[in-house]
Amino acid sequence: MITLKINGLETNVEKGTTLLEAARFLGFPVPTLCHMDGLHPFGACRLCLVEIGEGPRIKLVSSCTYPAEEGLHVRTASRRVMRARKMIIELLLASSPQSKTIQDLASAFDVKQQRFRQEFEDCILCGRCVHMCEEQMMAKAIGFRGRGENRSIGTPFDVQSEECRLCGGCMYVCPVCMLRCTYTEPEKAICGGCANLSVPCIEKEQFDDVMCYMEPCVACEITKD
Amino acid sequence: MKESRLSSATEEIVQKHENELGGVIAMLEEIQLQHSYLPESALKTVASETGRSLVEIYGVATFYKYFSLKPRGEHLVSVCLGTACHVRQGALIAKEFEDQLGIRAGETTPDKKFSLETVNCLGACARGPIVLVDGHYFSNVKKTQVSQILKKAREGLDAIDVTTDQRVFPVKLRCPHCNHSLLDPNYLIDNHPAVRLTISFASKHGWLRLSSLYGSNNIKSEYEIPMNTIADFFCPHCHAELVGSSACPVCNAPMVPMTIYGGGLIQICSRRGCKSHTMDLVNSICINCDNRHTCKLMKPEGGVWFCEEYI
Ligand code: SF4
Ligand code: SF4
Ligand code: SF4
Ligand code: FES
Ligand code: FES
Repeated sequence: MITLKINGLETNVEKGTTLLEAARFLGFPVPTLCHMDGLHPFGACRLCLVEIGEGPRIKLVSSCTYPAEEGLHVRTASRRVMRARKMIIELLLASSPQSKTIQDLASAFDVKQQRFRQEFEDCILCGRCVHMCEEQMMAKAIGFRGRGENRSIGTPFDVQSEECRLCGGCMYVCPVCMLRCTYTEPEKAICGGCANLSVPCIEKEQFDDVMCYMEPCVACEITKD
Repeated sequence: MKESRLSSATEEIVQKHENELGGVIAMLEEIQLQHSYLPESALKTVASETGRSLVEIYGVATFYKYFSLKPRGEHLVSVCLGTACHVRQGALIAKEFEDQLGIRAGETTPDKKFSLETVNCLGACARGPIVLVDGHYFSNVKKTQVSQILKKAREGLDAIDVTTDQRVFPVKLRCPHCNHSLLDPNYLIDNHPAVRLTISFASKHGWLRLSSLYGSNNIKSEYEIPMNTIADFFCPHCHAELVGSSACPVCNAPMVPMTIYGGGLIQICSRRGCKSHTMDLVNSICINCDNRHTCKLMKPEGGVWFCEEYI
């Protein structure tokens, strides 16, 4: 057993428990995006930052990947944590403003402005879909490609993957696609999953290879009638 | 047929690096050297042979700028746009290459001669702007030199002008077994007597003549030797097989040893197309020579070739 203090509260956890699990066990809310129970922690979104250490050795770590250590002092909502978290949300907002999840996060954390160059990405590269596909579906059909600003999620060579089981798991776990999937008016609902795999049918023209278990496209079917 | 040959060559590469740390990158590097790019089918073979997913291999192949998924031209021009080269107008040089080749960076000319790319730092910042063409560095490149660089690349940067190049000199070789001269005064290559050997490969048996100029790669042979073939070499006089104790440092094929008049050993690679050769000098270099205290000749650093002829 490991004894550590979270926000001043002492607790015992099993070896190997992450700070996120420990904090949530005690009931402290820590927002997350890329973390998902049942998938390996990836630490991509940095939203779950917490502060650890004392004095000059204070630092911010991602709680979803940081294992509990004996005698650690963890603060989940210090001023520095809140400032960093707001900044991350602001950055997410700059890349994917149309995501309902991110809009909700922004309003929950009182982020009222967005000072960066606005982009309209569909994907925040959190990697959930990739890990879902690999760890739960054992398919390894999609993955990260390229790097830096060209990093994207998709299939090799951008063609429909032979490994894909058409299970829809990737779309199901995507944390940012919600608004696109259900839209504000349910009758106009489209799943948008394909858009999150950057093969968008809507708003952009090209629509060759759909990575969608709904093929043929439901949205197109709906608009046809 | 072509497809299956490609995949067996790929399989060979995969097996070579299978148990290495970071083996996948080594495999991809070697495949790219062979084809100048990474063909889709080769990536699939790597994935199935290593038991990894295609998306993983594809991820690696797209992560590194060094790898290309599109066929590249015969010559690869890389213009450095790293910080140091950028402040020295590397971008202007890149633009000039784009204009002269009529393509953008990242593209290949329609005649498949040139591919142009920009890179971030080639590790020679102090001498920037740097341009790398087919493995040859050009430093302090000015806009006006661009056309000249392209011209040189077209002529082949590896080609050596045997008549003027200082690095080329004639060597006299003999068989390490019977000590007979291997030079054939009746057959000239590069205007010098050629080195005559007997070779055999794939049930063919015939003569091979090499240029006796050290640094020249010109050869003539009775039968056309396909690229990549490893041949067995024999002395035309005593018919002993010429095999060295070492393997080629580049491609691992056996080396072929020949002795130099005046001492020393030249080894050439037995693989067609591999230009690797080594020279171990014993006497020819003055500082190693037993006679250096009594010898009256000038003793330049590179040695006096065939000094016994002058004495
Ligand atoms: S639908 Fe295909 S790509 Fe998505 S998780 Fe399932 S197997 Fe993977
Ligand atoms: S598509 Fe969705 S789940 Fe996949 S990386 Fe992008 S944001 Fe994450
Ligand atoms: S193809 Fe149609 S059904 Fe599939 S995700 Fe796109 S909009 Fe939805
Ligand atoms: S939830 Fe921890 S980094 Fe995304
Ligand atoms: S910046 Fe060009 S070589 Fe380093």
